[in-house]
Amino acid sequence: MILTRTLLKRHSVLPGFDLALGFALLYISLIVLIPLSAAFLKTFTLTWAQFWDATTSPRVMASYRLSFGASLAAALLNALFGLLVAWVLVRYEFFGKRLVDALVDLPFALPTAVAGIALTAIYAENGLIGQHLPFKVSFTPTGVFVALVFIGLPFVVRTVQPVLEDLSRELEEAAATLGASRWQTFRHVIFPIVMPALLTGFALAFARALGEYGSVIFIAGNLPMVSEITPLLIITKLEQYDYAGATAIAVVMLVASFILLLIINALQAWARKRQGGI
Amino acid sequence: MTSADLTLPAAGLAPRALRNATTEAPWVKWTLIALALAFMSFFLFVPLVTVFVEALKKGWDVYLAAIVDADARSAIRLTLIAALISVPLNLVFGVAAAWAIAKFDFRGKNVLLTLIDLPFSVSPVIAGLIYVLVFGLQGWFGEWLRDHDLKVIFAVPGIVLATIFVTFPFVARELIPLMQAQGTEQEEAACVLGASGWQLFWRVTLPNVKWALLYGVILCNARAMGEFGAVSVVSGHIRGQTNTMPLHIEIVYNEYQFAAAFAVASLLAGLALVTLVLKYVVEQRVKAQLRGARDRQE
Repeated sequence: MILTRTLLKRHSVLPGFDLALGFALLYISLIVLIPLSAAFLKTFTLTWAQFWDATTSPRVMASYRLSFGASLAAALLNALFGLLVAWVLVRYEFFGKRLVDALVDLPFALPTAVAGIALTAIYAENGLIGQHLPFKVSFTPTGVFVALVFIGLPFVVRTVQPVLEDLSRELEEAAATLGASRWQTFRHVIFPIVMPALLTGFALAFARALGEYGSVIFIAGNLPMVSEITPLLIITKLEQYDYAGATAIAVVMLVASFILLLIINALQAWARKRQGGI
Repeated sequence: MTSADLTLPAAGLAPRALRNATTEAPWVKWTLIALALAFMSFFLFVPLVTVFVEALKKGWDVYLAAIVDADARSAIRLTLIAALISVPLNLVFGVAAAWAIAKFDFRGKNVLLTLIDLPFSVSPVIAGLIYVLVFGLQGWFGEWLRDHDLKVIFAVPGIVLATIFVTFPFVARELIPLMQAQGTEQEEAACVLGASGWQLFWRVTLPNVKWALLYGVILCNARAMGEFGAVSVVSGHIRGQTNTMPLHIEIVYNEYQFAAAFAVASLLAGLALVTLVLKYVVEQRVKAQLRGARDRQE
């Protein structure tokens, strides 16, 4: 009853508020909050100098550059092609469209380890696609990029698609009557409406790519200073029983994730407002 | 099309010119479709097909041998156990959280919503790490667990916990928007008519959300069976004991038994395809329920 008295804003005849909220809060605390706080508390066993060394040594810095750089590049490519795929799926009719639409979600459903070994096989030097490329993909930073494009692909398509579906044709007709070319209509009418959703999808793909592990480690080659992502470095430190060092890097990643989560929440609120206003 | 075409409705070009005002020229349209399909092929179709091709490259005998192998069988068993425990727990949580959030107005609701999304933005590796910090030998409960002869990390309980963490939001996220759209009127009516809490839930709420619930469970299960990073940290990779299917794939792959690795991978890829089909079917029903909820409100 404490929860009802302190938290409930409006009286309701429906039962079960205490039980439902109480259980949800207990479960979140046990599974998420208490273990996560362990990561932050563990770093307090380090002095500031130790924390700084653990999180800014050259090998760690190289992994940040790769993780953030490859995630950013992959999210950018996903934003471009995600918008294209969403546009094609919403606007055009062609053979096999439903199949393509259903397959967009494959990276959500396919285990990352399976995706990892499949991509490695295809983009290896003697692989189906790799043998036709003039540069090496598997076991290089480019491989990391390819894996991150794979796992981030559905985010942009699935956030942009509903916005394009709801777009009213009258706006485009109005633009056409006023003499706009198709490109001008897209550039000045459609794109501004889609933009908040596109940015949200981009941020979601970037956030997912940043923490990704399974699909990357097979294709990356995992060379220290060259193709070693930050999550792998955390595991390496753990295997050396350097728990404090691993946790320090994890805390840096967690803070980056939380900032991204806040940005994504703000973007989604903006997108809702933008859509509601039309 | 330029504006000049639009001013010539009498020139016999009218139907075509008008259609082109809100669609693209055919060559633009087909170029865009071709580009989209090429991108999808390079990053989606080819990897998916590759899994099955590589798995069967050395014939059925090798394929079957890889799957009935004792270590593979124990990995399959552990994967099923982890999913069987974590999915129902997250289902109960999802329903409880959705009930509180969608049917009541309370302080801190947005904080709770953000907390539910949290596991999605945490790297799987970090998800594993935090349980090591709590239950590992150096962790908070490490010594206590050792003294009582209990093992969490490098054992099945750790794998289950890590799986629960990464699949935590799926059911709640599917239920909350639908239940919010449906509002509370039906439940309130049932309540006024004298229904008890459980009757209300089983007879009114559950039938209204059953497809979304199923959808959440399907996604939750797919992720539970396929999770790699989080499980990898807490498993300890003991063959035949603490290897799930994805971890088994990694070990076999690193031993250069590619056909065997892809054989086990093909089982998970098959599961992913089943997931996509179920998702597609259920999604249509969820959309229908959501439309129904909106129509009633209007």
